[in-house]
Parts: sequence; C-alpha cells; structure tokens
Amino acid sequence: MDLAAILILQAVSTVATLVIISIGLAVIFGMMRVINLAHGEFIMLGGYTVFVATNAGINMWVAMLVLAPLVVGVIGIAVERLVIRHLYGRMIDTLLASWGLSLFFIGSITTIFGNTTTSQIASPFGAVRIGAYSISGYDIFLVFMAMTIVAGLFVLMRFTKFGLLTRGTMQNADMAAALGVNPGRIYMVTFGLGAALSGLAGGLLAPLSAVLPTMGAAFIAKAFITVISGGTAILFGTASASALLGTVNTVATYLTTPVLGEVALLLAAIILLRLLPRGITGRFLGRDL
Amino acid sequence: MRARRWRLIGFLALLLGGVAFAFGFPAFASLHATIQLTNALALALFALSLALVWGFGGILCFGQAAFFGLGAYAYAIAAINFGDTTFAWPTAILVPAAFAAALGYFMFYGRLSDVYLGVVTLTVTLILFQLFNSTAGPEYRIGDARLGGFNGIPSTPPLNVPFDGRAYLSPESIFVIAVLVLLAALFGCLWLLRTRFGRVLVSIRENPLRAELLGYDVRVHKLAAFTIGGGMAGLAGLLFAQNVLVNPALFSLLYTAQVIIWVIVGGLGTLVGPILGSIGLQYVMAWLGTLGWINPNLALGVILVAFVLFVPRGLWPLLVKVVTHGRRLVRGNGTS
Amino acid sequence: MTVTRRNFLRGTAAGTILAAAPAIVGRARADDAIKAGIILDQSGGLDIYGQPMVDAVRLAAKEINDDGGLLGRPLELIFYDGQSSTQFYSQYATEAATREQVDVVQAGITSASREAVRPILGRYQTLYFYNTQYEGGVCDRNVFCTGSTPAQTVQKLVPYTMNKWGKKVYVVAADYNYGHITSDWVVKYARDHGGEAVGVEYFPLDVTDFGPSINKIQAAKPDLVISVLVGGAHVSFYRQWAAAGMKSEIPMASTTFGVGNEHLLMSAEEGDGMIVAYGYLEELGSAANKAFLDRFHAMHGDDAPYVNELAIRSYEGLYLWAEAVKLAGTAERMPVIEALESGLAFDGPSGRVEIDPKTHHIVQDVYLAELKDQQFSILETYPRQPPADTDLVCDLIANPNDATFYFENGLEAAGIK
Repeated sequence: MDLAAILILQAVSTVATLVIISIGLAVIFGMMRVINLAHGEFIMLGGYTVFVATNAGINMWVAMLVLAPLVVGVIGIAVERLVIRHLYGRMIDTLLASWGLSLFFIGSITTIFGNTTTSQIASPFGAVRIGAYSISGYDIFLVFMAMTIVAGLFVLMRFTKFGLLTRGTMQNADMAAALGVNPGRIYMVTFGLGAALSGLAGGLLAPLSAVLPTMGAAFIAKAFITVISGGTAILFGTASASALLGTVNTVATYLTTPVLGEVALLLAAIILLRLLPRGITGRFLGRDL
Repeated sequence: MRARRWRLIGFLALLLGGVAFAFGFPAFASLHATIQLTNALALALFALSLALVWGFGGILCFGQAAFFGLGAYAYAIAAINFGDTTFAWPTAILVPAAFAAALGYFMFYGRLSDVYLGVVTLTVTLILFQLFNSTAGPEYRIGDARLGGFNGIPSTPPLNVPFDGRAYLSPESIFVIAVLVLLAALFGCLWLLRTRFGRVLVSIRENPLRAELLGYDVRVHKLAAFTIGGGMAGLAGLLFAQNVLVNPALFSLLYTAQVIIWVIVGGLGTLVGPILGSIGLQYVMAWLGTLGWINPNLALGVILVAFVLFVPRGLWPLLVKVVTHGRRLVRGNGTS
Repeated sequence: MTVTRRNFLRGTAAGTILAAAPAIVGRARADDAIKAGIILDQSGGLDIYGQPMVDAVRLAAKEINDDGGLLGRPLELIFYDGQSSTQFYSQYATEAATREQVDVVQAGITSASREAVRPILGRYQTLYFYNTQYEGGVCDRNVFCTGSTPAQTVQKLVPYTMNKWGKKVYVVAADYNYGHITSDWVVKYARDHGGEAVGVEYFPLDVTDFGPSINKIQAAKPDLVISVLVGGAHVSFYRQWAAAGMKSEIPMASTTFGVGNEHLLMSAEEGDGMIVAYGYLEELGSAANKAFLDRFHAMHGDDAPYVNELAIRSYEGLYLWAEAVKLAGTAERMPVIEALESGLAFDGPSGRVEIDPKTHHIVQDVYLAELKDQQFSILETYPRQPPADTDLVCDLIANPNDATFYFENGLEAAGIK
C-alpha cells in the first residue's frame, strides 16, 4: 500500500519534471515554430545563474525563482534581437543558428567558469516518509511549481491583453500588424518568455543536478519529444504528453531497468505519434492553448 | 541549349576530376592526409544521403544516424563472422535499407509528416543508442562478433581484397574506393532525380497535396526515397566503420545533429553542397582541436551563427551565384 | 603551449651542443626534440576528466625539460583535444603516429577512446600509455596502463565497508563496460566475504531522474550502496538520494566518486560520509605529494583543478616513460619497452608505482578515504597492490605478441562468469 502511494507520488514528480524542462521549448517552438536546439543550454544558464548567485551569498530562493528566469530571459531577448530575428519563417536556418548558439554557450561558459562548479546548496524541505519509503520534499515542491507555471501561463495567454496579442500574432502576423500590433516586439517578448521559463527550469533543477557546461544535453531530446508529442496546443499538449511519458517511464523503470524505462518512454512517444500523427492535441484542440 | 551543354561539361569535369583525384591524391599527399580524407569522405556520403532524403524528398529526418550506425554495425558483424569483407558490403547496405523501409512504411502510411516525422526518426535513433549501449555483457554477441556496449566493436577489420579475407587493402586503395563510391552515389542521385521518379519526388516536396490530387502516390515515392537514403547512409557507415570505429555514439544526438548541420551549411536542396559542407566542417573541427588557445565549441558556435546570418542559403548556392555572376560580368550582361 | 615552446627553444640550444659530435647522433636529427603526443578531452562533456590530466602532463614535461630534457634533447608535447568524441581519437592518433612521428602517445579517457587509439598505434608501431582507471584486461605489449583496475580498489573497498556497515550490498553502476565489470567484481568480493548483493542496477549515462530506482533500493533494504556511477548526469543520483533522506539511513561507497569532481558538484551535507578507493587522492599527506601540489599550483594557479588519480597517473605515466628512455639511452620503441619491462619503478606523489612486466599494468598503493566538507580524509593505505584481475588473463612474458583486450577481464578466470 505504501509502495503504491510512493510510486504514484514518484510518477507525479517525474511528470512535473518533464513539464518543467519542456515548457520553455513549448513556448518557443509551439508559438513561434523555432526549433531551439539551444534549449538545453538555456536550462544550463539558469543553473549557472543559481551557482554564481548562491556562491556570492544571495538567498537560494531568490536565485532560483527570480534571478534564474530573469537572467536567462534577458539573454534570450538578446539572442532574439541579434540572431533569431533575422530568421523568422526560415525554420531550417533556426536549427543551424540555435545549434551554433548551443555550442557557443557551452564554449563560453567553459571559458569563463572552467569545466566544473562548486555547489553550496542542497535541496531544501527534507524527506517525506510513507511507511518504509520516502520521497524528497523538494520533488513535491516541483510538482507544485509545475502546476503554478502551467496555470500562470494559461492565465497570461488567456486573460491578458499580452496573451491576446501574442496568440493573434502567432496565428496571423500580417493581420496583427495591419491592426497596429508590432509583431517584432511580440516575437521578442515571446522568445524571452520561453527562455525565461527554461532558465527557471535550470534554477529549479540546480539543487538536484550537477551544474556543468554540458548539462543541457541530457534535457534537449526529452523536451523536444515531449513538446512534439503534445501537439499544437502548447499548454495542454505539453502537460498531457508529460503525464503520459512520465508515467510510462516511472512504471517501466520500477518494474524493469532504467534502460528499459528510457526505451519505454521513447516507444510510447512513437506509438502515440503513429496513432495521433499531429500529437495528442493536434486533432482535437488545434492551435488552442 | 547552352545550359544543357554547360551541365554536360560540368558532369564530365566532375567525373574526370574525381577519378584523377582518387588516383592522384594518395601519390602526392602524406599517408595521414590520405587517411583523414578517407574518413571525411565517408561522412560526406552520410551527408549526401540526408541531402537526398531531406533536400529532395522533403522528409525532415532527424534520425539519419540510425541508418549510418546500423550500416557500421552490420558491416562489422558481417566482416567478423565471414572473415572476409566481400559480403559485408551488401549486408551494410541492405540491413539499414530494410530498416528504413520498415520505419518508412510505419511513418508514411501512418500519415506522419513534418516535424512529427522528425521526432519519430529521432526517437528511433535514441532507442537504438540506448539498446546498443546496454550490450556491454559478454552474452550480447552475434556469431563471433561481440557488440561491446558503450565501447562498441573493437578492432573492426579494414576492407580486404574481394574473397581474400587476409589480404587487407592499403589505405591508398581504400581511399580510391571511397572516392569512387562517393562519386557513384553522387551520380546515382543526379540520375535518379532526372528520372520520372525523381521529378515526382521533387513535386511532392514542393506540394504534397497537389501531387496527390494529380494522382501520384505520395507515400510510395517518399518510402522509396527514404529507403534509398537509408541504404546510402549504411554504405557511409561501412566506409566509416572499416577505418574508424563502431560504437553506439554513431546513434547519438551528436551525429544526428551534425549531419543536419552539414547539409544546411552546404545548401539544402543541393547534392554537392552537403558533401562540401561536411568535409569543410570536419576539417575545421579537427583543426580547432589542435589550436589549444580557444575552446573549440565556442569557435564553432560563432562560425555557425555567422554563417547562418551571412550565407543564408548555404555554401554551394553561394558558390554557384559567385561563378554565374562572374561569368555574366565577363560576357557582359548575357542571359543564361 | 607557451611553456612547451619556451622549453623547446631552451632545449634546442642544448641539442646543438650535442650535435657537435656527429658520429654519435647520425643524420642531422640531433637538434630534434623527443616528441610525445597527448590526446585528451579538453572540451565537451569529458573535459572535467581531461583538463586535470592535461595540466599534470604539462607540469611533468616542464620538470623534465628544466632538468635538462631527455638524453640531452628537449621533450616536446603535442596536444590534441579529443573534444569528447571518440572519432577524433582515431584521427589524432593517426596524425601523431604518421605525421608527427611521435615517440610515445599518452591518450584516452573512456575505454572506447582507448580501443580506438590502440589498434592504430599498434599498426604504426608507436608506444602507447593509457593513464586512466579502467575495467582492466588490456594485454598488449605496445601498451602500458597506469590506472587502477577493479581488483586493486574494489578488493579493499568492499570488505572494509561491509565490515563497517553490514552484509547486504546494493550496486548502482553506469551502464557501460567499466560499470558492468566493476559491479561484477563488487558482487564477487561481497560473496567472498560472506555477504550478498541484494540488487544491481545499471543506468544509461544520460539518465537524470533516479526517483523510481531510489524507491527500488528502499524496497530492497540493503545495508550499504556501492556506486560505480560515472559522469555529470549521474551526480543527480547522489543529490536525489540525499533529498529523499536516504543519506542518513543507508551509507554509500564508490570507486568512481571524486574523479569527476562529484564531491565539489554537490554540497557538503549531501556528500559527507562517502567512502572511496583510489590509487591517489589530492589529500595524501606524504611530503612528495605536498611538494608536487606546490609545484602544480605554482604552475597552474590557485584555481587549478582538483588533482585526482587520473591526473596523477598522467604525470607519473610521462615520468615512467621518461625514466625508461633514460635507461634505454634512446627513445626508440622496443628498447624503451624493454626498459619498462625491466620492472621499472618511479616514486611519485601517489607513492611507488612499479611496472608489472607480465601485464604492463602498475603495482601501486591503494587508499581508502572518507568525504567530509568536500574534502577526503585518508582512512587506510594498502601498499603495493598488484593488478590481480588482468594478471589472471594476461601474460606478456609468455605471449609477447598478444594484443588483446580481454573483455571479461578475468571474470571467467576468477569464477564469476
């Protein structure tokens, strides 16, 4: 009984982690059709922000929840202005550019900070026990954070003027421009928002992982697969794809081995896309949220 | 008329130049330069396979490395078991081609397309990566060939004289073979694109719906192109395996992303471009690794970003533009 | 590079004097430096291992040159950055052997990179040193392996920790050859000492979510966990383990924790109490080690990387080769191999390292240490440990033409598989 409870909690936490590492990519790809291969490096930059800030004595929560998204958001906006701006409508070229950016970030972080970091922080909250088992309290916090991020994005996109303008621009940029909206600015802010969410992911994962220049590589493929499997509705799609893939991964890993757990996650994505060729939400929701 | 004559001259020049290069280069260059270029040519063939599938078939394949890696493994396993590389050739082409056909059937007949197809191919590659990686134990073997997990198959045999497993070919003759194989593949692609099949394929790339309404079976054409591309990538895997290595890294995100980058840098929608892009970037990367004063990732990142901003259509279209522009200047505003 | 070049110039001056006696040296190569090709990852995911190794080799070369070079000739290092891609290793090995015609190559971190380099250097008759701790089993007259192998470290770590914590062992390992073979040795030594392995779990190198596996360990209720995890992603295991409150309940030991800076990448409270086994740790108290660290920091500054076993064996590996060159009186391959096989030893910062002529591996001191506040403190020292695993399968005295990587590495001979 306690095992069942802990496994359900574990699955929920795996799902939440998938949401957190994918949501930034979902915004950038889902709304702007930019395949951002530097997504993993945005996460890495978030982790580095926390590393630098906490070693400078700044409170860990401020570093994770405020500074990480802020810094990476600003970097994202700079990247958009300098590079991505010139490439809209050229999805293939954004592939090349973002691959270049990914290498650039890895290289420059290594050059500045060296290839290792010294961590001063551990994950807070201690452990939650259920019978003979326990799960990290921080994992439960991550579940809460994932829900907050999704809900916050939904409110932002659905109920604010910015959300309306953004959705309008993504659907028809020319029409939006004709109505007096500056699409360039909307693109810039959206890209910055996606980068900030990736930075937040890096900040949230910093106490649980090794902050290294190459840490992004572990996230990019999984995030990409999750977002695409989710389909065109970025929020509902990413959340539901995370739910499916995360559960499959947890159950398979527990019952078999970590290798087969990874393989099961990947197979689930393939079968899903074979059954629903445009992702979970492609058929039902179209380009909704 | 003039265009056709130019094209013919271009063909002949490429053919003769290629053959002369194949036999001439090893005579003048050092052994090391010959071996290095052989490896680069193997990866250039890999890039060419994606150039066909993506640039002309319009199939956004993020998993071309799957066929490359399968070709390499098929070659190594066959060569070790037969004790002779002769029959390893067809094995290295047919195994990945069959895999591509099966995967293609699964995808094209499931109406997968665009980026969704890309993700499925990527996912398949990553599954192969995980599976081959977890074959570290001695129980994972096919005949005499041990799969070796992360380390891969050690000491893969180099190519030998047909039907004589003990007569290894010299690096110089392997170089000649690599050039000739690449030329044959290039001309094969050029020919293929001039056939009726090739024209339909390009029309599908331009507008699948229209092609379908005109009565062409989009799925069959894509499947055929995908299968041919898979076989070519397998052949590239063979050339790479016999000289460099066979390990699961061939299925990794790095290889699958790199080949995409080579095709874009060379020029998507061209055949010669990706070959040049691949060879050029390989030499740049190898050179960066000997510099020592700058992080190679940093340098390559800057180069790629600058490239996408300043050479947006790729290397080969740029070259063509420069040449035709130059010719026009010489001839004084003629039309061609 | 600058250091090498400066030394190169200085050495060249020494070389010209020697060239005044042409009868000894033969045709006009007297002022040529003796060359060593170094292929290690200085960028990409493996640079965390490669960078300290490169720094240590630089120091060794500088010291050798400051000391007058080798045979009156300067020692020149040629560096290649493997960029964490095995493909570059084969390319650079070919380049070092055929174009630069180096006298020795010191290369490789992963076993995959070693197996890429080894046949090439065999083909081109270039001496090869592999300085990384690995799964053992390389048996090749052209190759010298200076790192520790599982039988050297695991043999001490397992009984010590079982004695301290209990009989039920759970093994978590990286899913590749080193992980598999090392965990087999862990299981063997656990059984030999009356214990049992209640679980063995292998993780792909890019896994970052360890939650379900931690639950599995909780269900198995072991007395201790032995980790053979490798690389940046796997650091998450230790951090998630601590976050789930397991650190205070089930203690952990490892043969890989530390060489990838794991003890720095997590906070003190997450890492404290970990017990490791290595052929060297920066914290060794010997005078030789203190002096070495002073020189190391004088050369590379205060933010120089942590010196681990891989780095020190790169330093000592170059010295072992240099001593052999001096002994042989030439840098030619066969005389140097024979000199190395004469039971050559070197007193380095890690203690006395001696070449075992039968296996071309190293008889070395092994240390157990416990982590506290991101620093190791030495618990036990086991002097002169032989490469017992490779020894079961490899005899280069009887079979000098052997050039095999014995995959099972004595597992079969030891009755494990």
